[in-house]
Amino acid sequence: MELKLPPTVDSGETLTGAEIVIRCLQAEGVEHVFGYPGGAVLFIYDAIFRQKVVKHVLVRHEQGALHAADGYARATGKCGVALVTSGPGVTNAVTGIATAYMDSIPMVVLTGQVPTRAIGEDAFQECDTVGITRPCVKHNFLVRDVNELATTIKKAFHIATTGRPGPVVVDIPKDVSSQSARFHYPEKVSMRSYAPVTRGHGGQIKKALNLLIEARRPMIYVGGGAILGEASGEVTELVRLLGFPVTNTLMGLGSYPANDRQFVGMPGMHGTYEANNAMQTCDVLLAVGARFDDRVIGNPAHFSAGNPTRKIVHIDVDPSSISKRVRVDVPIVGHVKDVLQDLIAQLKATSQRPDPAAIAAWWAQIAEWRAKDCLKYNRKSDLIKPQYVVEKLYEVTRGDAYITSDVGQHQMWAAQFYRFDKPRRWINSGGLGTMGVGLPYAMGVKMAFPDAEVACVTGEASIQMCIQELSTCKQYHLPVKIVNLNNRYMGMVRQWQEFFHGNRYSESYMDALPDFVKLAESYGHVGMRIDKPADVEGALKEAFAMKDRLVFLDFVTDQTENVFPMVPGGKGMSEMILSEEL
Amino acid sequence: MRHILSILVENEAGALSRVAGLFSARGYNIETLTVAPTEDTTMSRMTIVTTGSDEIVEQITKQLNKLVDVVKVVDLSEGKHIERELMLVKVRAAGKDREEIKRTADIFRGRIIDVTDKSYTIELTGTTEKLDAFLEALDRSAILETVRTGVSGIGRGEWVLKV
Repeated sequence: MELKLPPTVDSGETLTGAEIVIRCLQAEGVEHVFGYPGGAVLFIYDAIFRQKVVKHVLVRHEQGALHAADGYARATGKCGVALVTSGPGVTNAVTGIATAYMDSIPMVVLTGQVPTRAIGEDAFQECDTVGITRPCVKHNFLVRDVNELATTIKKAFHIATTGRPGPVVVDIPKDVSSQSARFHYPEKVSMRSYAPVTRGHGGQIKKALNLLIEARRPMIYVGGGAILGEASGEVTELVRLLGFPVTNTLMGLGSYPANDRQFVGMPGMHGTYEANNAMQTCDVLLAVGARFDDRVIGNPAHFSAGNPTRKIVHIDVDPSSISKRVRVDVPIVGHVKDVLQDLIAQLKATSQRPDPAAIAAWWAQIAEWRAKDCLKYNRKSDLIKPQYVVEKLYEVTRGDAYITSDVGQHQMWAAQFYRFDKPRRWINSGGLGTMGVGLPYAMGVKMAFPDAEVACVTGEASIQMCIQELSTCKQYHLPVKIVNLNNRYMGMVRQWQEFFHGNRYSESYMDALPDFVKLAESYGHVGMRIDKPADVEGALKEAFAMKDRLVFLDFVTDQTENVFPMVPGGKGMSEMILSEEL
Repeated sequence: MRHILSILVENEAGALSRVAGLFSARGYNIETLTVAPTEDTTMSRMTIVTTGSDEIVEQITKQLNKLVDVVKVVDLSEGKHIERELMLVKVRAAGKDREEIKRTADIFRGRIIDVTDKSYTIELTGTTEKLDAFLEALDRSAILETVRTGVSGIGRGEWVLKV
């Protein structure tokens, strides 16, 4: 029997729990579910088999399912959905859930559970899913009654996608998925204990505007909240109206076009000299959907004490992000898009503008910092420089690809050298810093945008953490391009060991690497090994010309290249180590 | 500084562990925690005594409000309030000590609720300081067992904590 298609949110039919799950997903407009079957979810998989609306993507490890759903959500702005079985299915998924949680990615994670009567008896493949995931979800539910299943799933989507987004787990015991109930999917849910704020306070916005107009050394600092809140249009309009410098964090890249002159680069541990100095010495800082985290401002005491007169305006949908690490002068709680719209409207309504002479002098100071050319690297080397590969990737893809990355040096080079002009094109794990996300992220993006170019910039250490997903790419014909910056080291670990641990490269050397070309080929993909700088561009062009093939480009790069600038851990953001090239 | 937080939570399984887990995960202190259903059986009320700077307590309040099961959070110590704690103490009471212990309990308005020929069990209600003072007043070696509920608090006057 094939399940009927939506809209049938209240058909009066009696359905099994498993059928209800699928019908809820259909009602939510879910197109892809990333998952892996197992005992506790067999009824749900049976319901998936008997319909054609929701497409299931079978991964090779539950971690891959979570990352793929997460990547899908990051690229589309929709809610990602994953489905895993109980016990080890859940524990394997936890890394993916925590990754999404740290970056506030909307996801609904459906997990199988042992039958209700067996819960607590240490049953086969039982784990306390609600307990294990509690610290890394926005919320979670254990559904004990099939009559509450549909409403619970509705609540899960509502919570995951509103306010500050995040992953929500719905744990479904096997008997709940086999029992029957009348299907009713509520159009709306209201919860007295959950009512996220949307509009910002008008008075606070007025205060913020006054500070911005009076500023002489202003800086606009935009984080991932602007991407999640679809506010890049508003960010761009405000920045241009004011004529102020702007920086996008690792999570905010693309919210303001990186090719524009007013963009001063990324801030933080591997931020540009000009962005970090401007953040540190500005007199008014407008923070938009950002959280002053340790990888951005470094030591908060240095940040505050080094510039005690700086006024900070902070717009965020989550009140707990405000004044968490840094005391803020004008807090504005609300959706960044709405607040920026109000701010822009107030700015347009007044004839007051910042003092042009002061702003020009500030830009002259920034130009001086910029002239340092802090991202400079040796272009004459006989070895392939990783930065060069990313630059060429940018050129070959005309700056228009979706770039996923793993975690480490390659991630920073991708962030520094691929100039993102659009939001949701840069897909990486910023908060949790999860190695292994890159390939499943690319799968999720490619599922969402089959015609787009998708490249995973990775390293030989990270890629091996979810390498099994090459098989998923084969099954679903996902022709992503893997740009492996292979320096035979866990590069970022090696860099820290060089700088802070007396060159003792403890366990950071990747010995016994596979032949990635043969590995790719064994999965039915194309493998290429590139070891000369002169071959980089040609190889990339050749790879991207193969529209329907996954190509694994194994670039043999300079082993000792480091990421600069660098703010050492615990230091202030103006205390940068710069490249010897400068 | 010491703060008394009153929290209304949905009467859901796991609500307590969400709150307790938040405190441990973020390194906040819990000095005492009490919880029981309210007159509205769909909700429970917790009283948590915590210590921290104003900034930390502000963060605790914000983080608690973020929990989906939390309906409302109030810092009782920001206004006039009443706090009470219940303590049961079992003390060795034999021979000439019996009279002295009874007198001390009377002074603190305690009640003896169980008696054997060698012991008293005393019930005492009051602020944390009063209960501490009573224990101080007893001979340390006579105390066999103490059990305290932790603080419950309520605002003074007509103000009520409601949804």
